[in-house]
This record gives sequence, C-alpha cells and structure tokens, in this order.
Amino acid sequence: MNVSTAGAVQIIIRRELRLSFRRPDQLIQPLMFFLIVTTLFPLALSPQLSVLRDIAPGVLWVGALLSSLLAVEGMFRADADDGTLEQLVLSGHSLTVIVIAKTCAHWLLSGVALVLVAPVMAAALSVPAESFWLIMASLALGTLTLSWLGAIGAALTVGLKRGSVMLSLIVLPLAMPLLIFGASATDRAIHGDSAAGPLYLLGALCLFTSTLAPFAASAALRITME
Amino acid sequence: MKTTSTSLSVDGVHVWRGDRHVLRGLSFSVGSGQLLHVVGSNGAGKTTLLRVVCGLIAPEEGQVMWEGSNIRSDRSAYQSNIAFAAHEAALKADLTALENLRFAVGLRRTVSVDELMASMRRTGAEGYADLPARALSAGQKRRVAMARVLACDAPLWLLDEPFSNLDSAGVEVISALIDEHVRRGGSAVVVAHHGLVRRAGATQLALDE
Amino acid sequence: MKWTWFHKLGSPPYVYRLARSIGPWLYALAALTIGYGVVAGLFFAPADYQQGDAFRIIYVHAPAAWMSLSAYTTMALAGAVALIWRIKIGHAVAAACAPIGASFTLAALITGSLWGRPMWGTFWAWDPRLTSELILMFLYFGVMSLRQAFDDPARGDRTAAVLAIVGVVNVPIIHYSVQWWNSLHQGATVAKFAKPSMPGSMLWPLLSVLLGFMLFFGAVLCTRLRAEVLNRERQSSWIKEALSSR
Repeated sequence: MNVSTAGAVQIIIRRELRLSFRRPDQLIQPLMFFLIVTTLFPLALSPQLSVLRDIAPGVLWVGALLSSLLAVEGMFRADADDGTLEQLVLSGHSLTVIVIAKTCAHWLLSGVALVLVAPVMAAALSVPAESFWLIMASLALGTLTLSWLGAIGAALTVGLKRGSVMLSLIVLPLAMPLLIFGASATDRAIHGDSAAGPLYLLGALCLFTSTLAPFAASAALRITME
Repeated sequence: MKTTSTSLSVDGVHVWRGDRHVLRGLSFSVGSGQLLHVVGSNGAGKTTLLRVVCGLIAPEEGQVMWEGSNIRSDRSAYQSNIAFAAHEAALKADLTALENLRFAVGLRRTVSVDELMASMRRTGAEGYADLPARALSAGQKRRVAMARVLACDAPLWLLDEPFSNLDSAGVEVISALIDEHVRRGGSAVVVAHHGLVRRAGATQLALDE
Repeated sequence: MKWTWFHKLGSPPYVYRLARSIGPWLYALAALTIGYGVVAGLFFAPADYQQGDAFRIIYVHAPAAWMSLSAYTTMALAGAVALIWRIKIGHAVAAACAPIGASFTLAALITGSLWGRPMWGTFWAWDPRLTSELILMFLYFGVMSLRQAFDDPARGDRTAAVLAIVGVVNVPIIHYSVQWWNSLHQGATVAKFAKPSMPGSMLWPLLSVLLGFMLFFGAVLCTRLRAEVLNRERQSSWIKEALSSR
C-alpha cells in the first residue's frame, strides 16, 4: 500500500519533531543567541527607555533574522551527513513535497519558539504590552518567510564544508525586504499606529515566498545532492 | 513480493565528474530474477553507477530505463520501486533502530511494527531494535540498513558494499537474503568485493578506470 | 531545421569562434558611441538649471545602473537556459556575466555617491536607488562566491544559476520595498534624475552612452566568455586547433 502525499508530510514532520526533542540543544541554541544579541544593544547604546523603544523594532528583527539563519543551517545538512537525506529523496515522493514538509517542521520548531520568546525581549526593550500581539503576528509571518528563504540557502550550501558564512551571504540580501516590512510593522505597533499596511505587505511576501521557494529549494537540493 | 517481469536497462550512460570521465558509455540490463554484481577498483565509478541508477545523478549522455520508460519521466514513481542501501547506513543517531525503520519505511508503504521487527529478525538485528543508532557498531548498523531494504518490499535492490563491516555470519545472512529476493523474481544490482561471485545466475559487470 | 542555431549556440567551439570574431567589432563600436556620448555630454550639453555641472555624472551613472540590472538579468537567463536545457555553455555565459555586472554595479555606486557629495553634502545618504544598487551588489557577491565555493565546478555552476534566478525574482521586490522604506523615513528629497522632459542636447549623449555601455558589456562578455570556454574545455581536442588557427 503506497503512502499518500499528506501521509508522507505527516511522517516527515513527526520525524523532525522527534529528532528535535531528542536533541533540544539545537532548538535552544538559536533562541539563546537571540536573547544575547538583543541584550547587546541596551549595553552598547543606552538603557534609557525612550531610546530602547525607538531601537526595539530593529533589534528584534535583526536578532530574529540572525538567529533564524543559525537555526536553518542544519536543516538539510544533518540528514545529508548521515545519508538519510538520500533515503528521503528516494522515498518515492516528490522532492518539493519533502522540502515543504521539512520547512514546515523547521518553522513549527524554531519559528514558533522565537515568536513565543519575542514578547519577553520586547518587554525588556520597554515595548508597551498592547503591541505584543502585533509583534508576534509580524514575527510569525516573518519567521515563516525566513524559513523558506533559509531552506533555499541551506539547500544550496548543503554540500559545502563551511556553509554557514556562505548561507548568510546568500540569504541576508534576499531577506532585506522582509526586514523593512517587519521592522516597520513592529515600529507602528509600538507607537500605537495602525500596522495594517506593512503587515499586509509582510503577508503578501510570505505567501509569495511560500509559493515559489519550495521549487527553488528542491531544485537546489537536487543539484547539491548529485 | 511482486513477481512481474520488472526490468532495468542502462543504455550508453556517460558521466563526467569535473574533468574525470567516470562512466564511459556503460550499457547493461537486469531483468526480473537477475542479479548484477558490479566489481571494480576504487574510483572506477561503482558508487556513481548506483547513484545514476537511483536517479540521484542525471547522466550527461544515455538513459536509464525502467519497464520500458525513461526514469526521468516520472522519477518519484520509479523511485518507489527501488530499495537503495548506500555506503553509509543512513540511520539517525538519535533515533532507535526501530524508529529509524518506522520513518524510513513508513514513507514508502503502510507498515506495522511487527513487520519491521520480522525483517529485523531476518537480518539478525532484532536484539538492538530499541537501542539508539549511535550505540550500534558499524556491522550492526549494516544489518539494520538491510532490514530497511527488506521491509521496503521493492522489486529492485541497489546495494553499495552490503557486506562491509559484517562478520562472516552476517555475510552469510545477507547473501542468503539477496539470493532469496532474486529467486522470488526481484532484481538486484550489488556493488561488492566478495560473496556473490560463486552464485549461479549472477552476472558480473567489471568497471575499470 | 530552424532549431539548428540553438544547437550551434550550445557548442563551445562555435561560441568560442563567434566571440572571437565579433568581440573586436563590439569594442570598436562601444568606443565610438561612448566617446561621442561622453564628449557631447561633458562639454556640449547645457548645464542643469538646478544642479549645475554636477548633473553631468549622470552620463556614467545612469547607464552603469541600467547595465548592472541588465547584466544580472542576462546572467539569470543564461543560468536558466543552462539548467532547463542542460546547455553547458549557458553556465560559461553566466560566469562571464557576473564580474562585469558587479563592476557596473560598483561604478553606479561610486558615481552615485560622488554625485551625492555636492547634492546632499555627504557621500552616502541612503538614497533608495543607491540602496537598491547596494543590495544588488550583495546579490552579485552571493552568486559569485557560491560558484567558487564548490570543489566540483559543475555543481558550483548549477547552484549559482539557481541563486541567480531566485535573485532576479527578488530584484523587483527589493526595489519596491526599498522605495517604500524610503518614503517612510525621509520626506521628499531631491528626486534624483527624475527628468521626464530632458532636452535633446542632454538626452542624445545619454542614450549614446547607454548604447555604448551595452556594446561594451557585449565586448567584455566576448573576451571573458572566451577565457571561460578555454578553461572549461581545456581537455577538448578542438582547443588546440582553435588556438593554432589564429
């Protein structure tokens, strides 16, 4: 009896979740990185609340961007190193479906964790509590988009020995529109303005990336696995 | 086990790796109930050949056909017909042997734990089903990997050095399994240094540099 | 067959000889058009009523900025052709395009900031077009270093092609997002080079330089492509004939 596409997606997601719970450090390390990077800014600039509130959107988003990059690096590499990636590719399901499942699992772990930690760091940057929901919504869209971009980058660099610098070099320029919309949505939320505009743009970007990135990432993976 | 007259044919395949012309116009075919034993020195392109047959490497020239159609036309459908064991055992170190099989085989067909345990028993791996793969020796991993091949229930087996790291009892067990697979109408392409040559019905393909 | 030209263009010896024969013509034509445009633009075109003589850098800046985008698009197209039809020469074209395009981008950035000095009093004012140009530069860096990063050159070629295609899809998004970002943070700045009604004496030299830059791009592409083909086909027998026949 063959396994349906939906069944395969479910199995891959379950596999990723179990692997991650066996090795929680790989989930926690990017979050620690996010916390530490966010802490650097008040120390470097000023602990003054008004200053912190002004820089909070940039700090939160740059932190999210960098820690997502850190998390995404092992997305295909771990499986490529022990040979399980080949088995996934040869499982009789389309590579695009496999990439979609792996990226969703990755976002469910690292993206959602980051979204949940963000209010804590926002509070530390004296962001008013009323804006937390909007910040979390914008980060949820942003981290999903970043997971897709990261999947492309991770697929392109999977065969490289020192891929992490290369990954940043590839993904960060592509993520700049995301940073612009995300930081702007956060900024408006903090100042009590309507964040609908940038949030819609963020949503559109997320949708667009989710549509095209799986194909790019699977094409990249096919090349680097050859 | 399906006993249709499955057939793999490789036709004039050329592969370059950088400046190296690894496979030079290679042609052969493997029918149902046939075993192809691939030998050759290091660097002769044995692993490359297996990866071409898997569809992981697209040859620069030539084609790989499965049941009369090019494997590139529907790669996923073709790949559900093969069970591939690469040089490394392809086990997740943090999962137990059984969990590894459940995810790997579960992607291909609906399979019960009992079935998986049965195939592990046949490769002599049932004793460490619940050990994490990191705790297994190379030979034990090899047995688990063969249990995966067995559980996939695929007509075409592609095995890269299935006897490496195995003790002599293990070699016996695995060659008996390959024998049985072929006798029941399956096909197999096996890259190996020893163990198969004595068998009747095995064709040998020698790759040279 | 009408497809023969397509197959011919996929054959390295043909491309090598083609590049060798048209390259010099492109250099000559480029020298003529750029020469006319620069002389006419720098000495004969009237000075701008607002910006004075400073505007004259437009004759280098605008064509360079235009070419930086065209070269990126050419690179992505060549990569796409190479990936889809498995025509290897496409990768050679893409590899030859990247440094030329990056150089045009650098030229656009330098001339842009030189222009900024008298206009804004600073070399870098996060002008949206220059910011997009800077991000384009990063995209070029990514593609170029990815190509170099792999031990197997074929793999480097193909990953670089995928990245170039992903980048070309992103270029418009980057452009508009940066514009949107700029409208958010800065009020109306001097709209740069926004001159829909440019008199002919200003416009013709500009168009001439633009055409010249395209020809120059083609000419340098021919030279670089020959080098790429020679390097990639160093094992082939036709190379010796091609080199001895000249």
